[in-house]
Amino acid sequence: MNWLTNFVRPKILALVRKDSAPDNLWDKCPACERMIFHRDLEANLRVCPHCDHHLQLGAKARLALLFDGGIYERQDVRGVPVDPLRFRDRKRYGDRLREAQAATGERDAMIVAAGAMGGRTAVVAAFDFAFIGGSMGTAVGDALLEGADQAVARGAPFVVVTASGGARMQEGALSLMQMARTTIAVDKVKEAGLPYIVVMTNPTTGGVTASFAMLGDIAIAEPGAIIGFAGARVIEETIRQTLPPGFQRAEYLLDHGMLDMVVHRRELKERLVRLIGLVMPATSSTALVPVATAG
Amino acid sequence: MRTYLDFEKPIAELEGKIEELRHVSDASGINIVEEVSRLRSKTERQLRQTYAKLTPWQKTLVARHPDRPHFSHVVAALIGDFTPLAGDRRFADDPALLGGLGRFRGRPVMVIGHEKGADTEGRVRHNFGMARPEGYRKAQRLMRLADRFGLPVLTLVDTPGAYPGIDAEERGQAEAIARSIETCLALRVPIITAIIGEGGSGGAIALAVADRVLMFEHAIYSVISPEGCASILWRSADQAAEAAEALKLTAQDLERLRLIDGVVAEPLGGAHRDPEVAIATLGDAIERAFTEVAGTVGEPLREARRERFIAMGRTPIA
Ligand SMILES: [Zn+2]
Repeated sequence: MNWLTNFVRPKILALVRKDSAPDNLWDKCPACERMIFHRDLEANLRVCPHCDHHLQLGAKARLALLFDGGIYERQDVRGVPVDPLRFRDRKRYGDRLREAQAATGERDAMIVAAGAMGGRTAVVAAFDFAFIGGSMGTAVGDALLEGADQAVARGAPFVVVTASGGARMQEGALSLMQMARTTIAVDKVKEAGLPYIVVMTNPTTGGVTASFAMLGDIAIAEPGAIIGFAGARVIEETIRQTLPPGFQRAEYLLDHGMLDMVVHRRELKERLVRLIGLVMPATSSTALVPVATAG
Repeated sequence: MRTYLDFEKPIAELEGKIEELRHVSDASGINIVEEVSRLRSKTERQLRQTYAKLTPWQKTLVARHPDRPHFSHVVAALIGDFTPLAGDRRFADDPALLGGLGRFRGRPVMVIGHEKGADTEGRVRHNFGMARPEGYRKAQRLMRLADRFGLPVLTLVDTPGAYPGIDAEERGQAEAIARSIETCLALRVPIITAIIGEGGSGGAIALAVADRVLMFEHAIYSVISPEGCASILWRSADQAAEAAEALKLTAQDLERLRLIDGVVAEPLGGAHRDPEVAIATLGDAIERAFTEVAGTVGEPLREARRERFIAMGRTPIA
């Protein structure tokens, strides 16, 4: 098995999503609809400077945000995405995969990385919503399993950042099975006595929420993130009622006891470092160890 | 009155004729006995032809057939001394998800499953088999109870999906399903699942992370309903038949994908035509499944269950 690891050394602009847009463009905030100078938006971690709305943040920018100095080591995930059902709707799944790969430069919707976070080793798995809506197929299950194994091997906490529309329909029942496989991944981390922390970002729905996302030792969400099992439209069609204001937003879940806290993106890393420090007091065995290439 | 599906029209006509003939007086001059037997064999031929090549969409309709044997029918026929246990100890008892202690062919077991209801009133009472968080939390409680007393667990899956409602979301539908999966994986006793009708998405797998998963011949198991999939990927629910085909949701597809362990034969024309025979065949398959896993207990059994799921999708499918 080829466990090549790549070192990622982001430049100053690393927090900027790989993006062909020139710096002088304007973005429109989807919440307040005000215009934001593109460069300002990226500098502000893709949080609207006018209304504080948290726009989606790509997986690589997320990893750069969480790891010390933006430096992390990517972990290769076994296997390659396949099209087990030879699924075809209006488009072939195989083509969708190739397009998503070309557009994102990633093999699938989840990136696993290890590195120092607040001076201590941590493993982070982050969804890239840009990859087929962050949908969960076999490759995402494999990424979670890999991340869990890495966390256990390093005695490190496992942080998972979600942004997903749910299961990847194009993998049929195989995508459903990922709810079990990702739960197994989480169990391995917990059984090793290591903390498993989930950060839910906009949106986190369907089978992702109903498996590993809701099993965190500590559950964090970004402000305003949509988090739920069923989609709002499906619920409205079923019950034929208008949904209450703020329904399925992070703050609403916090009110209903489903989260520990809602944390602003700017404060996320600091909060994670503090939490990990509290549940894993530093000892010689948990102090920063150099990340070795796994064999 | 038998309920016929759209594609069963020719069968409905033949059986309608048989019924009519029964009421015709002998004075009409036709040899009724002979005609009835001729129509009977024609019906059987028609049934055989139709059911031998059901499309995935037709199977979906059979899996949802209102006269199909449901949880309560299976339990009545297969579980002795059945003693229902109620409530999640947190909020409520969910009539969409039932469970209790009983004896399966003599041995004490815990049985848990979705109940769709048999008539209009029943369907409403059981919420069409769409469980709320309290249902999944009851399931977790019963699984843990079984684990504590070393009782094998049998789950019967038959649900369109977990209930999509405001209350369900507020009480943590996603968390309840996630914990159910976690609880299935934590069991140190055998767990066998039979998908007897509709295996709808997260609401189904919440009870189906098992040592052996069986499916009735015309049951379905899918990540999303064909209608839901079609409305998203084809932008129209009218393409449900195509979506059903693409999703590979039949028992035969899932066996080929190695996501289930066995397909349980149904009587000609589907389980609803002869529930007694269907359930007896299911009982034999469940017994075989329990026998197969009986050699392993405790931690190794749990580890083997994990490995089964980890391996899914990793072996190439021929
Ligand atoms: Zn704004």
